[in-house]
Amino acid sequence: MTQHSVSIRDLSLNFGNVKVLQHLDLDIAQGEFIVLLGPSGCGKSTLLNCIAGLLDVSDGQIFIGGKNVTWEEPKDRGIGMVFQSYALYPQMTVERNLSFGLRVAGMKKEEIDKRVNRAAEILQIEPLLQRKPVELSGGQRQRVAIGRALVRDVDVFLFDEPLSNLDAKLRSDLRVEIKRLHQRLKNTMIYVTHDQIEALTLADRIAVMKNGVIQQLADPHTIYNKPVNLYVAGFIGSPSMNMFQGTLNGNVFTTEDGTAIPVGTYQFTTPAAGSTKAVLGVRPEHILLGDDARAMPFNTEVEIEIVEPMGSDTLAWTKIAGHSVTFRCNSDVLIETGQKIVVGFDPGRGSIFSTETTNRL
Amino acid sequence: MMTTEALAPSAGTSRIEDGPRGAKPRTLTLSRVGVYVFLILAALFFLMPLWVMVVTSLKSMPEIQLRHIFQWPQQITFEPWLKAWDTACTGRDCNGLKPGFLNSVKITLVGTTVSIIIAALNGYALSFWKYKGANILFGLLVFGAFVPYQVVIYPLIIGLREIGLFGTFPGIIIIHTIFGMPILTLLFRNFFAALPPELFKAARVDGAGFWQIFFQIMVPMAVPITIVAVILQVTGIWNDFLFGTVFAGRENMPMTVQLNNIVQTTTGVREYNVHMAATILTAAVPLAVYFISGKWFVRGIAAGAVKG
Repeated sequence: MTQHSVSIRDLSLNFGNVKVLQHLDLDIAQGEFIVLLGPSGCGKSTLLNCIAGLLDVSDGQIFIGGKNVTWEEPKDRGIGMVFQSYALYPQMTVERNLSFGLRVAGMKKEEIDKRVNRAAEILQIEPLLQRKPVELSGGQRQRVAIGRALVRDVDVFLFDEPLSNLDAKLRSDLRVEIKRLHQRLKNTMIYVTHDQIEALTLADRIAVMKNGVIQQLADPHTIYNKPVNLYVAGFIGSPSMNMFQGTLNGNVFTTEDGTAIPVGTYQFTTPAAGSTKAVLGVRPEHILLGDDARAMPFNTEVEIEIVEPMGSDTLAWTKIAGHSVTFRCNSDVLIETGQKIVVGFDPGRGSIFSTETTNRL
Repeated sequence: MMTTEALAPSAGTSRIEDGPRGAKPRTLTLSRVGVYVFLILAALFFLMPLWVMVVTSLKSMPEIQLRHIFQWPQQITFEPWLKAWDTACTGRDCNGLKPGFLNSVKITLVGTTVSIIIAALNGYALSFWKYKGANILFGLLVFGAFVPYQVVIYPLIIGLREIGLFGTFPGIIIIHTIFGMPILTLLFRNFFAALPPELFKAARVDGAGFWQIFFQIMVPMAVPITIVAVILQVTGIWNDFLFGTVFAGRENMPMTVQLNNIVQTTTGVREYNVHMAATILTAAVPLAVYFISGKWFVRGIAAGAVKG
């Protein structure tokens, strides 16, 4: 147990009859950046609050730094926390916001100053120390909020949707900064978000949650390319994965309108016996055009319905085998609405799920 | 003629239809004049009693008997004011309103402070420290605001008598605290409930406990709502007559009760000028509170929550 920074064992939390978390297990290594990802109401913030000790759990145990902290107060858990709404104390200056926890703990003045100055230097908020939170911009406030966790000199940082209140540009700036902070401090960080871009860019491992249960816990590459079930496949990726309903029979996937797609290149985790109802998922960027498409195991000619130029690349909407399909191509390739074009893909790069269990085959 | 023609082409070469531009001019319409006239008349109507009180209090008794109640006094006298303050008879004692004023100040100061401290704590605990039955307790408290006073007065008399506080200063303070509790708790709870809960969570992660969060985080933020509470309580307690009569005891009779005694005490002629002066003196404090703090009151009620 000592090798894990944070361990969660069989954790359950109920609000009355509502089961928010159910028998949840999670081990987080020292210095790891874990992102809890899911839609609102999936229990990810609740889980974070349980780790922080702000919510009493109904069952299970929480270990931080090898110590059972299930019944400990938040301040005794060795955590720092950053909130979506910043939660800065409005009547205190930035300096006093940063030092509040240390003053409450009765720390010596010199030590407080040292820590506040170090945090201010790391986050580049030194010129703001004497200001009140109302005088700061959103990005500055969030930096101060991070600083408040920083001065506590703890092993585990908890982030509760820290960037959701910021505008798009600031969000991407601060995202990079959080990543840099993690590389510099090498603390364990647990980060809650509903934004998949944040999850994919920041995480060492992502835990995709739904209804209080972790659906898949893996590194971003695996989550994106080998989702374990239909839910994860549909949740991750924008635009989302193209899904074909059909029947799987040996190495051939037949769509509902009878189009046969050879799936010989696909690596099955559990080879399906006989004929089963299945869903074939293909990422928009795995659909290729022209000569590339002709080299693929499956290709067909389609008519382009809608073109969305995104600048860096172009999204196009069409129909394959009766299903609406999106694909992504280089913005240098000129395609037009109504154009007939050959597209193809390799099912080996896609995902096949059982319709019955929704799990990956 | 020449100048306009010379200017015209350069000013608007395109000659597009030139419509209105800039702020729309405000015109004084007939309906608006009507509104103002009505407002002024209404204001005068409601000021009339005050006018009568002031002029009557400055008249001598013979002049009052002329019955020109709206007329400015021919000879201004401050005698009634001095008498009301110093020597008017309230029942057997003839010390004027003076002792009542001091009693009212004491009751109001202590009563307001105690009730607000307890209500702020109540509201804070109800909003943030969600304990079992907190909502039921809050519901009961709010329900308390709708219980008619008459129903509980007798049980309270017995209760206070049993603990030996009936007719004492602590007794009247307890009564005012109890009756202020529903509305004040509601006020503070709603204020604290509107604050972001993350503020409380952040303070807990920072290691602050119940009292540290209350005094260092919540109290400084609760200034607007505290001002509202102070105004409500100061005027409420100062204007109270019923509880003062019943619970305060002879020693602590508030000003309102003594005012009533002055007006009710009849020894020969009714001294209307003294009564008027005494009434104005008694009403002066809440009036002053409204005038001075009216702006704060509205601001506090409206602000509800101070955004960080």
